[in-house]
Amino acid sequence: MDERFAQGDSLLHRRDPKAKIIAAMALVSVAAVSDSFIVATTSLVLGMTLLFLTKLPLQPVLKRLLAINSFTLFLWLTLPLTYGGSKFVAIGPLPVSIEGLHIAALITLKTNAIVLTIIALLGTSKIANLGHALETLHFPEKLCFILLFSYRYVFIIYQEYRRLVRAAQMRCFVPTTTIHTYRTFGYLFGMTLVQSWNRATRVHRAMILRGFDGHLIPLSQSRYTTKDTVFLSTMLSLTAILALLNFL
Amino acid sequence: MPKTPLIELRNISYTYAYNTSPVLQNLNFSVSEKQIGIIGSNGCGKTTFFQIIVGLLAPDKGELLFQGKSVKNKADLRNLRKEVGFLFQSSDDQLFSPTVIEDVAFGPLNLGFSPVEAKRIAVETLAELGLSGFEDRITHRLSGGEKKLVALATILAMKPKLLLLDEPTNNLDPRTRKCLIDILQGLNLYQIIISHDWDFLNQTNSTLYQIEHGHIHRCEEDHIHVHSHIHRAGDHPHRHD
Ligand SMILES: Nc1ncnc2c1ncn2[C@@H]1O[C@H](COP(=O)(O)OP(=O)(O)OP(=O)(O)O)[C@@H](O)[C@H]1O
Ligand SMILES: [Mg+2]
Repeated sequence: MDERFAQGDSLLHRRDPKAKIIAAMALVSVAAVSDSFIVATTSLVLGMTLLFLTKLPLQPVLKRLLAINSFTLFLWLTLPLTYGGSKFVAIGPLPVSIEGLHIAALITLKTNAIVLTIIALLGTSKIANLGHALETLHFPEKLCFILLFSYRYVFIIYQEYRRLVRAAQMRCFVPTTTIHTYRTFGYLFGMTLVQSWNRATRVHRAMILRGFDGHLIPLSQSRYTTKDTVFLSTMLSLTAILALLNFL
Repeated sequence: MPKTPLIELRNISYTYAYNTSPVLQNLNFSVSEKQIGIIGSNGCGKTTFFQIIVGLLAPDKGELLFQGKSVKNKADLRNLRKEVGFLFQSSDDQLFSPTVIEDVAFGPLNLGFSPVEAKRIAVETLAELGLSGFEDRITHRLSGGEKKLVALATILAMKPKLLLLDEPTNNLDPRTRKCLIDILQGLNLYQIIISHDWDFLNQTNSTLYQIEHGHIHRCEEDHIHVHSHIHRAGDHPHRHD
């Protein structure tokens, strides 16, 4: 994993990961549970503002958003037709549910707000630092470990899958709707799991041989400063205001 | 030469789960020479042998001794692994941090050095291997040869006494290979090198051992040599009767 968003020296990059984790958890939970358009829109604006503060290059961020929104696009295609409810408009021969459109729009706003917030607050710290911060915040050790390593292993699984697909393509495999295709995909899927498992074992062994005992120690430890307190109080106040907007 | 060898294997046998025949059988070995080369056909158990030495695999039978003391518990293993560095056959398995500097500093951090000291050690080790300027490179975007050298740096940063190298020159171009040979020759530590690369073994190692049928034995130096002229199977050891 290249942790590319963690490279940088902006206001947000320099904040202590502990402060960023708490701020992100507060913001994300308020945005996630709300079903108010005002809250969703405000948190999107907040997310964009945070992203602006990170001074990250826009292109890779947009790429992430595009990937996420291919999922929300699916909701736009299905929810208006299947949601039901009482109000409909006719688009051609199709009855489109107003509530369905409403929900799709709300989910899209919230998803983008949450992803932007996470990129801006958590993406700007290195994984080792986040893991260390989680430990200092007294998260259960096992949970920290799982979080840290699922991140790393998801990447390994993806790499192994790409490798196997390439190997199949080299031998002129073209997917069609034959039993041969299904069997090949079955093999590819199975082999991906086996290979990823093996690879993960070897990587884990390499870590153990270099003295790893379950705790990742970050190379650059940040110190919690008054600036972090100011940042965290600002973020928590904004989150509180955001939560109050629910009652407008 | 210390009186007690750093590592000693006594009567080691090992069989992989689901396999019927043992890979290693009543194997005896001790690190008694500064540079040892290990040869053997594919699948004869060379990598397995290394994994036994660093305790990644527990032998079914026999004893592993570190500095004359039997390795029994986790603490013993930890002490052993501090002194024995293992360069994997595949560097992709060995590098896991996003940047080179973090990967090289990983070992020293685990050994208890402060971040500042660990960073200094990492920078120094990279410089010793001619890798200055690589600190902030992304590990998985390095070339195969660069990965190999960085993987070596991650191990040397822990200042081991013994280095285990599993086919280090595989897929290296002549220049990187030469560079690696020079580095290894310049290191003042015990080295055991698995290799099929005869020329490389010739240039680095003083003593050759062969693993065969689960055993390891020392090769007679007079009988094994490499031909530099073209000759059928000339790059394999053979004798002229
Ligand atoms: N995880 C495993 N499970 C079962 N059998 C294994 C496993 N790893 C290796 N083996 C078997 O044990 C034998 C020795 O393997 P090992 O990797 O030690 O060989 P090697 O001498 O390093 O070979 P190479 O020169 O190809 O690297 C081989 O026959 C191999 O098939
Ligand atoms: Mg091997």
